[in-house]
Amino acid sequence: MKILVPVKRVLDYNVKARVKADGSGIDLANVKMSMNPFDEIALEEAIRIKEKGNAEEIIAVSIGVQQNQETLRTALAMGADRAILVVATDDVHNDIEPLTVANILAAITLKEGPSLILCGKQAIDNDFNATAQMLSAKLKWSQATFASEIDVKDDIIRVTREVDGGLQTIDAKIPAVVSVDLRLNEPRYASLPNIMKAKRKPLEEINPADLGVEITQRLKVIETKEPDSREAGLILENIDQLVEKIQENVGG
Amino acid sequence: MYDTSSDSKILLDTVQKFMADEIYPHEDRVDKLGYVPDEIGKQIEEKSKEVGLFAANLPEKYGGGGLDYSSMMIVEREYGKTSHALHSWIARPTEILLACNEKQMEEYLYPCVKGDKRELFALTEPDAGSDIMSMKSNAKKEGDDWILNGSKHFISGPCMPDFAIVFAATGEDETPRGKRKRITAFLVDVGIPGFDIQEGTKCISYRGYKNYQLSFNDVRLSADKILGTEGNGLSLSGKWLGMGRIWVGATCCGKAERILDLALDWAAQRKQFGKPIGTFQATGFKLADMKMNLRAADLLVKDAVDRALTGQMMDEDAAIVKIFCSEMLNKVADDTVQIFGGMGLMEEMPIERLWRDSRLERIWDGTSEIQRHIVTRSMLRPLGA
Repeated sequence: MKILVPVKRVLDYNVKARVKADGSGIDLANVKMSMNPFDEIALEEAIRIKEKGNAEEIIAVSIGVQQNQETLRTALAMGADRAILVVATDDVHNDIEPLTVANILAAITLKEGPSLILCGKQAIDNDFNATAQMLSAKLKWSQATFASEIDVKDDIIRVTREVDGGLQTIDAKIPAVVSVDLRLNEPRYASLPNIMKAKRKPLEEINPADLGVEITQRLKVIETKEPDSREAGLILENIDQLVEKIQENVGG
Repeated sequence: MYDTSSDSKILLDTVQKFMADEIYPHEDRVDKLGYVPDEIGKQIEEKSKEVGLFAANLPEKYGGGGLDYSSMMIVEREYGKTSHALHSWIARPTEILLACNEKQMEEYLYPCVKGDKRELFALTEPDAGSDIMSMKSNAKKEGDDWILNGSKHFISGPCMPDFAIVFAATGEDETPRGKRKRITAFLVDVGIPGFDIQEGTKCISYRGYKNYQLSFNDVRLSADKILGTEGNGLSLSGKWLGMGRIWVGATCCGKAERILDLALDWAAQRKQFGKPIGTFQATGFKLADMKMNLRAADLLVKDAVDRALTGQMMDEDAAIVKIFCSEMLNKVADDTVQIFGGMGLMEEMPIERLWRDSRLERIWDGTSEIQRHIVTRSMLRPLGA
């Protein structure tokens, strides 16, 4: 079995996001970028499935600017076997929309023939949580989202899903698209020997046109703004005042 | 760091994650305890083996990580952000061990790469610090053996070692500038008769990092315990001491960056007279100078590493790095204490610890003074002075 893992290059989760002066989005010039943490979890799971002998090859795909190569190098150093870079734009601020991403991934899937696609449930930049679902619809494959536990047995993948108020376990028939949640695993770091090995792993570069996919824009960002800053609190003298305040604000 | 190759970034990422998970959580406790609990040291050792950082500095053909000097620069710079008490558990066995002959490799080099043995580098003596040629340790030939006498101190390491690389005089040569001691390096196993090793006094820098006192009383060593050849000890150590000084430079840059980040954060948050204190020139200009001098120090380290990679690094290059980086760090640390005011000296904050740790950097691996002497000498000697 081949596993396809799409990895997105996003603003590093440790970096404080700054809104661009014109409100058109987040300023991504000269800031640290990393692999989307959810995608890291998906990749880690793919590696574990391979280590258990349930997969032969892991292909990492990234769609975006030329610099996404770095994200793919990280994926190779973690344990992906080869990588495909789809250069879809030359502007780091141009976020490729989920439907386009799903179209590109569907085309790659037909070409490469994976039977499992492991995705992060969402990217931490736009929080769409849409690509996996769209992709499974495009491919007409089974879909399991928000996985917190995965078990592959023959042509069935058992997925424990984090749903509101509890856990749901489902069996999905392979081929399948699975989106992973935060608690599935703790991704490894690239070990030194693997960083060395990754240098020799293949990284193929293609354009959306090679796949017959057109980059279209269906969404328009109207405004991006920072959350309102928290207002200062009050220091009260005693419990009575506190009770009074609560009654004032909540109503008795 | 400005190195932008993606391999360097991945390596940096791995080291930073390792530090965040395995090192930083122990810093405060270890500093207050004054020692590294054995289980923590062992855990760092094991985890660093898993991720391949253990012995990353040595060539792959000996089982090391095979990192070149420019990669080691990135690694050492990150290690510099914390205490030697902790990061020294991620062994970087001294490259001097590459001078081992085949038999010695089995007994010393490979076990160090695997983490089965730990070495100490024993050069300094109570009466021979900067003036290394005044060393009193000596070995005299008796039949085929050598009899070692003398003492060493300030020999630092994370834990009790298995053997020491001991430098001792084995005779004198006549040179155009007068008599000169012949220095030889010996591999001396801990536990053999006449070799006593004790923990030294406590140091306020890098609390928990140990220093040992070694004494040798008629220690009998067979000739195959000589590392390299008899009389070439100093050229052997000289070959690697230079890199050691560059790593001091790299660690100083890492620590300065960490301290600067703390200073910056404080200068942006702390308000006096209704404004963040960083907006007052007295504070803001300090921050600007810190950034500028750190940038210069980083470039000096990179320059020296580039020279070393092409075999062109001279003693004075390493000396310049050592002086500039350690003095830059001390200025950054001191100014940061000033920016923090009283809080900078409180044990609740990490500033006082980083400030204390920084102080040692101007002293060990050759004081600023001996480094300046090296630079001066390299300029004057060709002029016959």
